[in-house]
Amino acid sequence: MLEVKNLKKRFSSGIFFKSYLDAVDDVSFSIAKGETLGLVGESGSGKSTVGQCVIRLIEPTGGTIMFNGIDLRSLNGRALNRVRPSMQMIFQDPDSSLDPRMTIGQSIAEPFRLKKVARNEVKGEVLRLIEKVGLSPEHYNRYPHQMSGGQNQRAVLARVLAINPLFIVADEPTASLDVSVQAQILHLLMDLKREYGMTMLFISHDLAVIRHMCDRVAVMYRGKIVEQGPVSAVFESPAHPYTRLLLSRTEEAEQSVKQENGSGDAKGCRFRGRCSLARAVCETTEPAFREIGAGHTVACHMTVLPKAEITHE
Amino acid sequence: MITDERPGENRPLVEVYSLKVVFPTDDGIVRAIDTMDLSIREGEKLGLIGESGCGKTVFGHAIMRLLEDTTKVTGNIVFRGKALYSLDRESMRRLRGKEIGMILQNPGASLNPVLTVGSQVSEVLVLHKGLKKRTAWDRVVGLLGRVRIPEPERRAGEYPHQFSGGMKERAVIAMGIASEPVMIIADEPTKGLDVTVKRKIVRLLKEVTVEKTMLIITHDLDVAEEVCDRIAVMYAGELVEIAPRGAMFERQLHPYVQGFFQSLPDRGLKPIPGMSPSLIHLPEGCRFHPRCNRATGRCRTEHPEMIDTGDGRCVRCFLYA
Repeated sequence: MLEVKNLKKRFSSGIFFKSYLDAVDDVSFSIAKGETLGLVGESGSGKSTVGQCVIRLIEPTGGTIMFNGIDLRSLNGRALNRVRPSMQMIFQDPDSSLDPRMTIGQSIAEPFRLKKVARNEVKGEVLRLIEKVGLSPEHYNRYPHQMSGGQNQRAVLARVLAINPLFIVADEPTASLDVSVQAQILHLLMDLKREYGMTMLFISHDLAVIRHMCDRVAVMYRGKIVEQGPVSAVFESPAHPYTRLLLSRTEEAEQSVKQENGSGDAKGCRFRGRCSLARAVCETTEPAFREIGAGHTVACHMTVLPKAEITHE
Repeated sequence: MITDERPGENRPLVEVYSLKVVFPTDDGIVRAIDTMDLSIREGEKLGLIGESGCGKTVFGHAIMRLLEDTTKVTGNIVFRGKALYSLDRESMRRLRGKEIGMILQNPGASLNPVLTVGSQVSEVLVLHKGLKKRTAWDRVVGLLGRVRIPEPERRAGEYPHQFSGGMKERAVIAMGIASEPVMIIADEPTKGLDVTVKRKIVRLLKEVTVEKTMLIITHDLDVAEEVCDRIAVMYAGELVEIAPRGAMFERQLHPYVQGFFQSLPDRGLKPIPGMSPSLIHLPEGCRFHPRCNRATGRCRTEHPEMIDTGDGRCVRCFLYA
């Protein structure tokens, strides 16, 4: 369904002395129909940038994005607008994803109006969706500020369903919600995804959430994917030292390594400064992807070592 | 009154008696804290857990008397024998920050963007330790080193925007401990931090508060498990369960607390139906009954009191009556 190859996004700043930041550097992945790929990483790892590039909310600097056989990067504005309805994004902050001057009903009705659904049918459709996402008809005339964050995120989901997309990018959809509400929204999202047969890119910094939501996971570290594979494989036998660090409950040894901003120098492994296994080769050569199991790939020089030697700390 | 003072244990440093905090708003009266009784022993690390809007931050502010003037507070908080709500403003001002240090949530907003980090830490020393500005500076550098900010001499002269989120949190911790307070209140000290940074901050917090009393307000159970001796859970403005850390993590008694634990992604991601009530329109009877699958007729009409179940545990639920 979606195939991303060598995606790059470089942000530049400054006028005379340009400085660059490679937010996303050579990222490749694919998502099969009906599948959920989790993209996990810490803040600044480039995971949200990937999500936005994939549906061309921001223009990638390089690479190709094939969506259902269409090369998204080659499309001009009008052609892109025709594809857009089949891809939707769910953002972190539901309160700002809804127009504050529109009632919930109006917000959900908007896609139907764009699709030119007959006016007398729209209200019925909207009410059907409102119930589907666990809201009640009384919310139809409410404004976003009169609702809780969890309810607004439900309304956002209802609006997404109104568009009925093939593919959704969910960027930390529960980051601003309380845990008990987070569980509700994630369950709702899983149910709806299943029912509507949607394909999803799910972005989160929370590994436990990824584990529940996704079929496969890609771990990002400073603009690069370092490990990718089925959720079960990555969680049960994480291969990259960074993945291990994220998964372990222990804390990494306090090091005096300065964490350089941006992409640092192009040579070598980006994680080496924090890695307890780093060797000379990590300084000079960027690790290539190596397949270590069915669909499980990792970019680390040290994974050739026998398992016992690569346990973290 | 719940006192879990037992022989051989430290005496309470903070005692909260029938504390009620209400504030009027345009929409109605918010009952932020409703009849809270609690004590924190000397040297104890108490975790106050709850979801947003349950009143946990208000409680932290209530101890510091940082609530707005329109807020109505009844009951009292006794700290080292002093009833805080009977003190005059000046004595309270002297105590605040000096005897009780506060690590506020959102370090980005609690640091002044136009002052250097060092000068903000030094302000605490000048104010509460009576140091001269010049002598304070060495102490500032020492403090920043203690919270493991690399190159403290240089970083002390930098502004907050030059600090990363984790480094800002460290600076705020340095400010909280600068006056060597006997007690520290940390309000969501790990909010918005990445996992790996969070672990470091938690360890640092533990390290700098050894032998100190700490109230840590958080919704993050990992943090509570790592740092706290005892855990108190709030729901809709009141305490619903208090237990020693081990017992709490092994078995939760209150249905809300059970649900809260199980709703966490690494503990099942099982949602609690419904939503927390607004503190303006609280349900009759038990405040959790509309969401509780074990609620009976009694829960709908009668409000449960805290029940002591032994072993230092208390729970506000008729199931244990």
